[in-house]
Amino acid sequence: MSVAALARPTFRDRVTGFSNAVLDFLRLLSRRPLGLVGLVGVIFFFFLAFVAPIFIPYQDRVDVTAIYQPPSGAHPLGTDSSGRDVLNQIVDGGRDILIVGLVAGFFSTLIAVTFGSLAAVVGGKVDSLISGATDFWLTIPHIPIIVLLGSVLKFNSIFIIAALLALLAWAGLLRQVRAQVLSLKERDYVEAARSLDLGLFHIIFKEILPNMRSYIAIHFILAMTAAIYGVAGLTLLGLFPLSGRNWGLMLNFAYVRGALFFRDSLWYILSPILAIALFQLSLVWLASALEDIFNPRLRSTG
Amino acid sequence: MAATTPADARLASDLYRYSRYARGRAALAWMWDKPIARALVRAFITIFLVTTLNFVLIRLMPGNAVDNYIQQIMQEQLLSYEDAKQQASSLFQLDLNAPIHEQYFKFLGGLLRGDLGNSMLSQGTPVFSIIVAYLPWTLFTVGLGLLLSFTVGVGLGLVAAYRRDSWFDHLVSTGGSMLSSIPNYVIALLLVVVLGTQLRLLPIAEMRGATSPSVAPGFSIGFVADILFHAVLPVSVYFLATIGHWILSMKSATLATLEEDYVNAARARGLTDGRITTAYVGRNAVLPLVTQLAIQAGYVVGGAFFIESILVYPGLGLRLFKSIDQRDYTVMQGIVLLLTVAVVVANLAADLLYAKLDPRIGRAGGANG
Repeated sequence: MSVAALARPTFRDRVTGFSNAVLDFLRLLSRRPLGLVGLVGVIFFFFLAFVAPIFIPYQDRVDVTAIYQPPSGAHPLGTDSSGRDVLNQIVDGGRDILIVGLVAGFFSTLIAVTFGSLAAVVGGKVDSLISGATDFWLTIPHIPIIVLLGSVLKFNSIFIIAALLALLAWAGLLRQVRAQVLSLKERDYVEAARSLDLGLFHIIFKEILPNMRSYIAIHFILAMTAAIYGVAGLTLLGLFPLSGRNWGLMLNFAYVRGALFFRDSLWYILSPILAIALFQLSLVWLASALEDIFNPRLRSTG
Repeated sequence: MAATTPADARLASDLYRYSRYARGRAALAWMWDKPIARALVRAFITIFLVTTLNFVLIRLMPGNAVDNYIQQIMQEQLLSYEDAKQQASSLFQLDLNAPIHEQYFKFLGGLLRGDLGNSMLSQGTPVFSIIVAYLPWTLFTVGLGLLLSFTVGVGLGLVAAYRRDSWFDHLVSTGGSMLSSIPNYVIALLLVVVLGTQLRLLPIAEMRGATSPSVAPGFSIGFVADILFHAVLPVSVYFLATIGHWILSMKSATLATLEEDYVNAARARGLTDGRITTAYVGRNAVLPLVTQLAIQAGYVVGGAFFIESILVYPGLGLRLFKSIDQRDYTVMQGIVLLLTVAVVVANLAADLLYAKLDPRIGRAGGANG
């Protein structure tokens, strides 16, 4: 093998390397039943939200003769207050929630990683400022502040909602990123990069961050759960202008129209409740299994 | 000042030491070494920042509440702009004709006197009196729920750590991680739907509100029982939503403590297991959890917004929801401010308690915060 081949892995090397890593990961995960359940759950809900709608066509047929039906062959999860199929709404109602979760998770990870590593690498006044802002944000009650912001700012785009919810989770990750970078930056390879004068950008993105991939992945998942908690709850109370079908809006109808207190509506209410609860549970279990696998320091205490 | 001889240098340093500047710095440095002083300063800054954020949102954002209100009453009551501005001024406790920085300082001064302005909807009702009416219920239910879940959760976590990998450990840990990952409003909805509507175990409709109108207020057993009856649902939701966190944290803290040298030393000295568990393991494992109490209090107060709205329990969360629904900005602003103060004070209390429990922290130049 020539030197060039050593320096630049071929596409094939990358594929085998990647699939080996995936297999290793699955092998480690298989020893953690809860983590495995979490992974299966997350895959299931992504499939439900993004793939299942292709096969289960959208239907909105109102049938006043079949209100709040229990599960049957035609309606596996029963019907709602207008006789519409509940399963259809569950399948269709995951997409927006998941998109908000993904975008908010991305934003909050971006904030945390950028400013956390900046604080650690630059240090001094910048560090004090960023750490102070983080402490500040960690002490105040988030949901009321987000509600206040949401009521003052006019918004109607799903991305602005996601950006607002990204505020929920960045601070915890920022602290961890900062602590991690502070310890990583003393390592030899970072010292070497610095003495080669490779620049701040290169040092952060090429030398330090690749060693924090697992942290970032775990916190991306946790930021997603925080955003989904916020978006579903605020939609449930009718405070977010999410239109179309989603699990939060299903609960909002149940809440506003008093279906909560109507005995026959059990399946209609239970379906979005279980969808939200099980999806959150899958995410958290997956995240804690990842934490177990990638931060072996904690493995003994798991 | 460049010192040329040793005498000059001594003079310079003496001059410096006795100058007002140096004394000020020494006082600051002395304070900075006291974690309590630092915590106080931090709490003050946090409240100040949230207040400023509030002012900016209500007053300065494009399309802000004050401008909207002026436009609205101009149209509704056919007032001139000046008259409408006058009305808005008295409502928001702002002098809208003054320059913006004066408005800001007046707003701060009003807050210091506990003046939060009047409600926009129920004219003439001070926001402060609304808060006083709703705050105790939130503090009561959140406090009781957290206290119960902390006590029970810490106990369960300790036992789970001692019986690691037993069926009890698996049951408690899995249950705890389930409860802590499910959103708190989902727990509230499940309680209402399953226990209330389906099984009819709880009279959900009667449990709304904080008290029953038929029971006369006073220090009677009937009234206290009535209050507890109405608090059962919110307290159980806070209990269930937070207990998982305590179980898991206490379990891992205990497992870490069990490996410490001083625990082995205590065993070697022949102390009884009970004494080791309470005085050595339990006490040291629970210490870090005390500060988490404050962080949890923040989450729970935020979550009270959902829980009280779903359960129709008249705390600040429900009142906040109502004021958002009605676009009553002055009430909204006051409540957000007060919730922040409540959480900041809880944090401060946790810091002080931690300093008391862990003597290393209380000493000057101890841990960093």
